Amino acid sequence: MDQQINTISKTYKPKMSIFWWAHRSTHIRFIMRELTSLTVAFFAVVFLFFIRALSQGPEAYARYVEKLQSPLFIVLHLLALGGLIFHSITWFNLAPKAMVIKLGKKPVPGSFIVISNYLGWIVLSLLIVWLFI
Amino acid sequence: MHFEPFWWSLFGAGGVVSALFFPVLALLIGLAIPLGWIDAPAYETISGWIEPVIVRLVLFVIIVLPLFHWAHRFKFTLIDGLQLQHWSRFLGILCYGAAIVMTLVSGYILWNF
Repeated sequence: MDQQINTISKTYKPKMSIFWWAHRSTHIRFIMRELTSLTVAFFAVVFLFFIRALSQGPEAYARYVEKLQSPLFIVLHLLALGGLIFHSITWFNLAPKAMVIKLGKKPVPGSFIVISNYLGWIVLSLLIVWLFI
Repeated sequence: MHFEPFWWSLFGAGGVVSALFFPVLALLIGLAIPLGWIDAPAYETISGWIEPVIVRLVLFVIIVLPLFHWAHRFKFTLIDGLQLQHWSRFLGILCYGAAIVMTLVSGYILWNF
């Protein structure tokens, strides 16, 4: 009897648990780092609505600052600030891997790029604080 | 059409902008002013800063690029973290769509400041 040969084969896809990342601390740290994007989106929206409140007049501005004083927002901002700083640090530390700059033939050392980024961050931050004080 | 490099570029730019600007702004607007460590800038003063078009353009960039940074990064966090590869297209539409909507909202607010 003829045996029909199955010419259509299905590739085997092993099923990964959705908690695959929870078993190793390196994976957990990775997920934590990636989740800092939520703090970025959170503050972008807070900042946008801050500007919107300003556009609506002094009372709206005062009301928005009052809203920011609520315990919920203070806690959210404490968490967000932690996440944002973690984002900045991990981002700048990765910068040399993303950009390779060459001076003539020699590549600029990674440490130079990292330090330049941190310096720029500090200077910019001080400028903005000075603006607000 | 392969849009991936486009979203990745926005992700990169947004990462730089948020890394440089957001910690200090979050500290000032989210903690220092509400908690009274510094006085809230006077309405007239801060409105005066924002009035010029060039300033509003810069603010637009500072708000919009980080939103696209979130969109691209969060999309992949969901896909890789929760193993949702089969939902890639849908999650992309959700995340980039949200960023696009907020871009239009930001443009509207800043244009009509």
